[in-house]
Amino acid sequence: MFRDAWAILVKDLRIELRTRVGLWQVLPFAAISLILFSFALGPKASTLAHGAAGMTWVGVLFATFLVVGRSQSLEMGTGVSEAQRLAGVDPAGMFLGKAAAVFVQLLAIEALLGLGAKLLLHMPIERLWLLVASSVLATIGLAAVGTLYGAIVAGARARETLLPMLVLPVLVPVLISAVKCWQAASVSKGLAIGEWLSILATFAVVYLAAGIILYGQVQESQ
Amino acid sequence: MKMSQDLRQNIPPSDLAFNFVDVVALDGQFPVLAGATLCGAKGTLTAVIGGNGAGKTSLLRTLAGLNATSRGTAQVLGCDLNLGGGQLVGRVGLFGHNTGLYDELSPRDNLRFLAKVTRNSKRAVDEALAAVDLNSRVASTPLSRLSAGQRRRAGLSAMVLRSPELWLLDEPHASLDPAAKVLVDHLVAGALRAGSTVVLTSHEPELAFFMADQVAEMAGGVVTKITRGQGGISDVS
Repeated sequence: MFRDAWAILVKDLRIELRTRVGLWQVLPFAAISLILFSFALGPKASTLAHGAAGMTWVGVLFATFLVVGRSQSLEMGTGVSEAQRLAGVDPAGMFLGKAAAVFVQLLAIEALLGLGAKLLLHMPIERLWLLVASSVLATIGLAAVGTLYGAIVAGARARETLLPMLVLPVLVPVLISAVKCWQAASVSKGLAIGEWLSILATFAVVYLAAGIILYGQVQESQ
Repeated sequence: MKMSQDLRQNIPPSDLAFNFVDVVALDGQFPVLAGATLCGAKGTLTAVIGGNGAGKTSLLRTLAGLNATSRGTAQVLGCDLNLGGGQLVGRVGLFGHNTGLYDELSPRDNLRFLAKVTRNSKRAVDEALAAVDLNSRVASTPLSRLSAGQRRRAGLSAMVLRSPELWLLDEPHASLDPAAKVLVDHLVAGALRAGSTVVLTSHEPELAFFMADQVAEMAGGVVTKITRGQGGISDVS
């Protein structure tokens, strides 16, 4: 399983490096959404700083749909999916590999959006470890849910619109918890974050396990 | 049909690569085989001919375990397809109109990925590319930039790399120049010599009769006639 997952991860990232869809399309889209949110809130620095965490994570959520859609579209072309089934690629490895590739891309986008939030929206960062830990846990959840649901809607005609409709409600706990953690990271102490981190960790574990178990059945039903 | 019955009676079941009796297969809810009967011994070449929509591709996909069977006896490489096609994983290769490769990657990168997931060596990748005469420049060019013939060769190289027990080739000579057609014949002959079984579809009946050990004619999702071929592929060195 892990060997196949590694092969899929390397392959997906290699395709991304060759095509640079994430760099030229997804990242600008996420950055523009962050800037538009800041325009909507007005120029007051304190208001922008207060809303920075929320704006960043909504931007990340939008980017998730694009990255996941792109990730699944790679498997839709020219009989690739069937060829891999026949070649004996482990579905669990496939899920883990694709989720890992989505994770890496989203984490890179988050790092750049976080930098944008710091510079443009004046978001203070007092506890960097919390920012990083919550981002990693939240991104595992986003990547796992996105990859699993992306495969579920892969065969549907209106998959581009179906994916956000199905996934957005599921990702609400991740969005709220990640924003709470980022807000807590912007102050030196005071806000309890244990529960929010637990929610992110639980969410990540549950959906990773669900993906590993269900991905093969989802593929076969396509 | 009688030939299939003779084959079933004369050959031990363990020597049959595939054995279809009155198989009905579905693509989703749509029936694509309507009671197909055909069997083939291990290490032989079966050619399937018939007009467009006769069910040739559906037969190959069913043999690969990609279409669900809903009636009849359907055994491939000793696996009962009525229990699901999952048991065939890794043992069957299907080369169709699609390459089954990633357009964004070069043939070499595609094969390296395939080698990792099928536990093959890097040397096997080079050998597979050489077997289909893809030079290093073409092998390093993204598939999306290659011609139809070069893409077909790349797809064939994946079959060579995997060397499955059962080769299913859907019109393998299509979109290929004469030299590449000869190359396909060499690959098929090599696979047969290595003990694999080959089933291919063709729109060229004369070629099919010359190459194959048996030729099955299809129409309307059923095998209408089975004829002994000349088995000329074994003469390809």
